[in-house]
Amino acid sequence: MIFSNILIYFVVIPILVLGCLFATKNIKQVRTVVVIGASALMVLALYLVYSFLQQRGAGNASEMLFRYDAVWFKPLNIHFALGVDGISVVLILLSAFIVFGGVFASWRMDPLPKEFFLWFFLLSTGVFGFFISIDMFTMVMFYEVALIPMYLLIGVWGSGNKRYAAMKLTLMLMGGSAFLMLGVIGIYFHSSADPNNLTMNILTIAQNNAIPHSWQYFLFPMTFVGFGVLGAMFPFHTWSPDGHAAAPTAVSMLHAGVLMKLGGYGCFRIAIFLMPFAAQQLNWIFLILTGISVVYGALSACVQTDLKYINAYSSVSHCGMVLFALLMLTNTAVTGAVLQMLSHGLMTALFFALIGMIYGRTHTRDIRKMGGMMNIMPYLSVCFVIAGLASLGLPGLSGFVAEMNIFVGSFMHPDLFHRILTIVGTTSIVITAVYILRMVGKLLLGQVQDKHHLTLTDANWYERLSTLTLIVGIVTIGFFPSFFVEIIKNSLSFVKALVM
Amino acid sequence: MDYSQFLMMPQEIGLLIVFLLVFLFDTFMPKRLQTSLSYITCVLFAVYTAVSMICPLKGMAFAGMFESTAATFVMKQILNIGMLIVLIQSIKWANEDFTIVRRGEFYELLLVTLFGMYLMISARHFLLFVIGLESASLPLAALVAFDKKRYESHEAAAKYMFTAMFSSAIFMMGLSFVYGIAGSLYFNDIAFKVAGTPSALLIVALAFVISGVGFKLSLVPFHLWTADVYQGAPTAVTSYLSVISKGAAAYAFLIIMVQTFGAVYSQVWEWMLYALIILTITLGNLFAIRQRNLKRFLAFSSISQAGYIMLGVIAANEIGMASLMYYVLVYIFSNLAAFGVISAIENKTGRVGMDDYNGLYHTNPKLAFTMMLAMFSLGGIPPFAGFFSKFFIFMGAVKTGEVAIYILVLIALINTIISLYYYLLVVKAMFIVEGDCVVPRIKSETSERLGMTICTLGIILIGPASCIYTFLTLVVKDGSSMFCFIQ
Repeated sequence: MIFSNILIYFVVIPILVLGCLFATKNIKQVRTVVVIGASALMVLALYLVYSFLQQRGAGNASEMLFRYDAVWFKPLNIHFALGVDGISVVLILLSAFIVFGGVFASWRMDPLPKEFFLWFFLLSTGVFGFFISIDMFTMVMFYEVALIPMYLLIGVWGSGNKRYAAMKLTLMLMGGSAFLMLGVIGIYFHSSADPNNLTMNILTIAQNNAIPHSWQYFLFPMTFVGFGVLGAMFPFHTWSPDGHAAAPTAVSMLHAGVLMKLGGYGCFRIAIFLMPFAAQQLNWIFLILTGISVVYGALSACVQTDLKYINAYSSVSHCGMVLFALLMLTNTAVTGAVLQMLSHGLMTALFFALIGMIYGRTHTRDIRKMGGMMNIMPYLSVCFVIAGLASLGLPGLSGFVAEMNIFVGSFMHPDLFHRILTIVGTTSIVITAVYILRMVGKLLLGQVQDKHHLTLTDANWYERLSTLTLIVGIVTIGFFPSFFVEIIKNSLSFVKALVM
Repeated sequence: MDYSQFLMMPQEIGLLIVFLLVFLFDTFMPKRLQTSLSYITCVLFAVYTAVSMICPLKGMAFAGMFESTAATFVMKQILNIGMLIVLIQSIKWANEDFTIVRRGEFYELLLVTLFGMYLMISARHFLLFVIGLESASLPLAALVAFDKKRYESHEAAAKYMFTAMFSSAIFMMGLSFVYGIAGSLYFNDIAFKVAGTPSALLIVALAFVISGVGFKLSLVPFHLWTADVYQGAPTAVTSYLSVISKGAAAYAFLIIMVQTFGAVYSQVWEWMLYALIILTITLGNLFAIRQRNLKRFLAFSSISQAGYIMLGVIAANEIGMASLMYYVLVYIFSNLAAFGVISAIENKTGRVGMDDYNGLYHTNPKLAFTMMLAMFSLGGIPPFAGFFSKFFIFMGAVKTGEVAIYILVLIALINTIISLYYYLLVVKAMFIVEGDCVVPRIKSETSERLGMTICTLGIILIGPASCIYTFLTLVVKDGSSMFCFIQ
């Protein structure tokens, strides 16, 4: 029975929330519904981690746990197949955290709060559905479900040049998914040596290992670029700054925090996992592109003056690092990539939440027009510093663990080319420090630029709740990385065989 | 004569009975009872659709001119469902003051064209096919001119008439060549005769046949009539033209190409169709971007959709055929939802410009929501039905395994992004653009609401309800021997 599987509830709960939202009459009911929904997802995610660890502890070493499989479209052998490994578990946890934080960050959403949360939870449905699927068809489906609400979320509730940004973001991401769809169809038709036994199930495809090498050369770039667009790979990253700058706070959080992880996860799960041969042969092209993302994103962030643009470019840099590490194909680097997904998700969501809160008070995001916020809103400022330090990789916070793993792991690659690229990549750490410290210095320290700012208030309860949730996550990863490494280690077994 | 052959055509006979009843009612009923003509037609048609669900006999009739298979039966039933929605949606329009005196003709002509389409679907001899084709297109010219006080309606009818005649002439020219080659007009006879290296005459004949049907399907470069006709015709007729007529023509085209000319698939018509599909999808999309009149806009959108439907023909396999039928079914619901909203607003305010829809969500949230679902479904956004139909039709095409087809599908996929752009323009106008909406709050009629509810449910449910697609595959498998000629 499908409802005895815990995973399905990650899709059922958001859909129930959607249904209840349709019936709500006033803002109070809307808030009640979304808070209950987000909390339920959070509890469910924590329970999933618990039972996952318990199963692993009991010696269940299979690739995917909590498997469920039901035939959906029989003629094409499309299944509704669920299953999670360590990587999806931690990403589900991350998504639950950020959905929870996002609900509180958009507590006073205006206008049309009901419609906002409708789209918000439709997006969450897509995100969770993507992480729990192991069938390529449902993955693509949930992937697009997660993308399309962005158009209305940015277009209706955004700010600035929102119509342009919304259209650009939607079309670029859907453009990526067009390549992806062809890639997926191509993989399907080469998924098995027996043409009567084609399948969309990624575990079976990996087991069959039947995709001819010549086809891998074609299908790997298709799928990698398809997901890479969402992972902000150069030169397809340009939607990110515009989109994030125009999006409302909670949407930026969810988008940078979770949605961009869909890109990294998809690259890993479909492109690299299913086509390891092409991943080894072609990774140099994509390493160069993602390397450019890493350094170029960081450099761009240095010259921006809009807080959201700074953070958006910083996201390009950090998400580029995820793809960069995945392509290195060493165990440590891939571990680092997963940690970086978590770390970046929490930290960037925190950043966007704080920027939203500051913007809601000062009505400007230009760092030249602000200053001395430390005295005016100490709580928010301290959170801001924490987020900044996590971003530049201070030990004890999540960023350090992730970047350490990534760069050590990448340098472990025996090839000189990869090592040189790693060295180039590490420069981004320095550049990150430049723009973070510049931003902190201008925004929080120094003279108050505008005397109206002196009357501003510090965070209220729902803002504190939202930020604290995320900070707890960041510190937990920083202090107990081994906990997360433990969860994901079984999922990386195939990576070991790839290098050398 | 063996009269039991008529048992092969229960749907045709049922439709004729509906037609006769409507005709008699319209002619002989006293004036005061006639007000209910629209409702009676709808009810009659609904009853007929439900009754004809009973499975018919399978087999050939009339010396092999007419064939009834599971697939033709289901395809006709799909058209019936679309027809029913069109009838429901047009009740309001048919009861307006300026149409009420002539609406009997509207229903009768509509039913006659549907009969023609039935013949096109079931014909296995080109003579019967041409009869179907003509009776499906000529009455439509009268329907397009139905608003006889409107100048555009006349212009559209004239254009439609001339292109229909012209395309029929070309088609029959092609047929005469085919007859010259094969010495027969039976599909099966021709299939055996055209095998082998194609002669120059056959290539010309196929080019003529494809262009003749291409006019009906409004494939580029035979599409030039489409936008003007869609804009000029009454909205009820436009919606009929864009879904039912197109769906029937697409299915009939698939049968002709696969069953009759399957032997020269890779040698001749795969490449003709290949070029046509690329042109159709791309140009249809590019022209749609610039349109500000929603009916013209949907005209170009339906041109590009026809290109996607043709992917099911170029696939020339079972998945392709099942996906084509599925695509038509989904397209019926999506497009009719859009036309339902357009006609609801047009009936009340007379506005069809995209700019008139600015801020529609604030005055008419339900209409805007339905329109948005329709646009998402047409654009192929999950979880709506359009995503599933696009995905499956791509799978059908790719199954042929040729690299060239991969490129074709890639072009089609990139075009879905272009199409998404202009579908989102409508969504943007309704939801995002600020300012006062020129369309006031509308209280739509029960019939319009019923039509839109059916379409909305269809858009949401047809996709995830996998039983529908599975059923269509079984239906196609039943007559899959027709693919044996493909080479």
